[in-house]
Amino acid sequence: MNWLIAIFQVLLFVALAPLLAGWLKCCKCFLQNRRAPSLFQPYRDLLKLTRKQPVVSEQASWVFTRAPYIIFSATILAASVVPLIAVNLPTSASADVIVLVGFLGSARFFLALAGLDIGTAFGGMGSSREMTVSSLAEPAMLMAVFTLSMAASTTNLSVGITHVLNEGLVLRPSFVFALCALVLVAVAETGRIPIDNPTTHLELTMIHEAMILEYSGRHLALIEWASQLKLMLYGVLIANIFFPWGIAETFTPAALGYGLLCIMGKLTLLAIILALSETVVAKMRLFRVQEYLSFAYLLGLLGMLSHIILEASR
Amino acid sequence: MSDSNWTTDFLNQLNSDITIAQIDNPSTILWQIETIHWQRFAEIALQEKLRWVAGWAEQQGTQFFIHACFEKQGTYILLRTVSDEQRPSIRSQATVYPAANRSERHTQDMFGINFIGHPDNRRWTRHQAWPEDAFPLRKDFPVQGAPEAITPPDMHYPFVKSYGAGVYEIPVGPVHAGIIEPGHFRFQAVGELILNLEERLGYVHKGIEKIAEGRSPEALARLAGRVSGDTTVGHCWAACRAMEYAADVEIPPRAALIRGILAERERVANHLGDMGAICNDVAFIFAQMQFTRLREQWLRTNAKVFKHRLLMDKIVPGGVACDVSESSQALIKQDIVQLRKELADIMLAVDLSTTLEDRLYTAGYLSPELAAAYGTLGYVARASGQDFDVRRDATYAPYDQVTFKIPVESQGDIASRFWVRHKEINVALKLLEQFIDLLTPGELLTAWKTPLAGREGLGIVEGWRGEIVTYLRFDADNRIARYYTRDPSILNWPALEKLVLNNIVPDFPVCNKSLNGSYSGNDL
Repeated sequence: MNWLIAIFQVLLFVALAPLLAGWLKCCKCFLQNRRAPSLFQPYRDLLKLTRKQPVVSEQASWVFTRAPYIIFSATILAASVVPLIAVNLPTSASADVIVLVGFLGSARFFLALAGLDIGTAFGGMGSSREMTVSSLAEPAMLMAVFTLSMAASTTNLSVGITHVLNEGLVLRPSFVFALCALVLVAVAETGRIPIDNPTTHLELTMIHEAMILEYSGRHLALIEWASQLKLMLYGVLIANIFFPWGIAETFTPAALGYGLLCIMGKLTLLAIILALSETVVAKMRLFRVQEYLSFAYLLGLLGMLSHIILEASR
Repeated sequence: MSDSNWTTDFLNQLNSDITIAQIDNPSTILWQIETIHWQRFAEIALQEKLRWVAGWAEQQGTQFFIHACFEKQGTYILLRTVSDEQRPSIRSQATVYPAANRSERHTQDMFGINFIGHPDNRRWTRHQAWPEDAFPLRKDFPVQGAPEAITPPDMHYPFVKSYGAGVYEIPVGPVHAGIIEPGHFRFQAVGELILNLEERLGYVHKGIEKIAEGRSPEALARLAGRVSGDTTVGHCWAACRAMEYAADVEIPPRAALIRGILAERERVANHLGDMGAICNDVAFIFAQMQFTRLREQWLRTNAKVFKHRLLMDKIVPGGVACDVSESSQALIKQDIVQLRKELADIMLAVDLSTTLEDRLYTAGYLSPELAAAYGTLGYVARASGQDFDVRRDATYAPYDQVTFKIPVESQGDIASRFWVRHKEINVALKLLEQFIDLLTPGELLTAWKTPLAGREGLGIVEGWRGEIVTYLRFDADNRIARYYTRDPSILNWPALEKLVLNNIVPDFPVCNKSLNGSYSGNDL
């Protein structure tokens, strides 16, 4: 039964990710005085892409054609670790946050390889930039999540979230720092403004898009879907670690339904905040990204320090 | 403003070295020199701080006429030399004036004229569309060309190479992801730092110069309006001015004012579009959407008043093909008030955005020295301290009836080019109001007079990108024998290669947009 719910949760994750992307697009369009496409446009785009024949370069090796499947699977596995509507599910019990980072890391590894594989200048450039960003983002993310781990004495997300739930609403400076750090990392990792611009057509400025320029058809669909999943994953991570209220602790249909409603509400709100921030800031110079991520790391570190100094002694 | 005293001094100085034949010409000073003195003239001209403006050639019978145009303090000098050789050789002026570089390469490809000592005599406009020994602008080359079924790819163009640890090349274009014109950019970079940029243009070569031959004045004006779609008013006006000089036709005052209105409206629309595009290139999409909206409103008024959003074919030889009625005047004025108000709001948001400021300031720096050396024009030059504007310095109707300021900045960065555009919009709005106030009832068109065969004209106007220079010569029967137009982009493009140095690769698009050269106007 628990496994069924766990699988259901993962399916829900996969199914809702394009919806979040669609909602984000709606918010951005609204803020830019434009008419938004339908909320379900990302689904139509994915469907359209799966119907199209993928065009693959003659120079492509197996890495290029296999990578989309590996990336998509790894991202789904990563998503399965994150409690979406319920805690204490077997998938999240079997893996902890380091495994989550590992799954995301391996997805990124294959994406970067695929970018290099074709041998175009843009792919290589994108891969190089992606690795630069992620080598700085990963430690910052771990640092932020470790603050939670120290508070809950576990690296397991599910247990950690339960701990936060049991503690109730307490204002902890360490969590505020960790939240800020995680938000900064999430923006960088999901390729949003001010780090990367997912809607740009300017090849030379791209990071994520530069790596996938050569993809088409179902390959592109999988990669697009994976990046939508990743966006949702980070959203859920932020929402459920720091504001876990509403998440189901028992597996009754009512609790699960309430959990689903709550997470959708939280994501809706997060998307609005993201759209707002993307509207008021311009993209930063690429060389500023390291300062940005160092700042995120610093915040994570401060979070951990303030946990040790202010909270751990209690 | 123009002080032509310097020409006498200059002439005295030249006379010790070079024999100059002064030829009578209605539109400009025309000097003819011996071919062997071609480079020497440029050297003396550079000492006297003349600006190199344009260069082109022409075949007349078995002779080749080679031209160059210079300017100082608003006075233009047209320099000519004639060669009887089958494959003329002439000493390059590009060794003296870097601005002449691509123009001479264009002439070399089109006429088979060899420029001796040229610093870079690789082909330029020539890709693979015609054979090595064919020169399209020679008279023996058919207008249709001799096209093969599919133009073969230009695989072996000798790009500049660089070697070293960690140096890599990024080829970009000619087909881009956005809906823009085609052009190839070859970067050499280490990490993200740009070591060298080489432009390869010519992908939108349309044979404008060739198909202009034999046209009637009306047909040439239409063609000129299609040299570069965004500068349709500018090129059309320059061509009509040149033709009107050649035919000795004076346009009515009302027509001149309406031409001024058209040109300023084009300037405002394009500057609005550019400012939005600069914001878009640094992902400040809010501002881009707002600027795009303003431009759209502006173009809709164009459509209402002039029946064409981009004002194409409104200027015709002898006058204009549209009128501005009383009600249209009110509409335009009302529009200006509205634009001022909305633009002020947006500029406030843009000005307050620190992230935008971070991207635009100090990026893409073009020093005043380089701006002058490459003969840059328009907002690119004026953002780098070059205080020149044809409207003021070589004034023409209707700009001679009004007073206006030319905004100049000296920072030379992207922000500077952004703000110069904004100031130029404000100036243009004031000009529009003045022109409308000056409108008095009158004729729109003067009857055309067929010019004598061999009459020449040099038409110079300030398009929205900067000075446009059009040269043309009439044949018998009111037909065009030669048409050449120098879009400001031809001189601005090389500056891009310089201003991106020491910038990082992802900053190239916004550097490029801040300059916004026309590909079509460059390739002809």
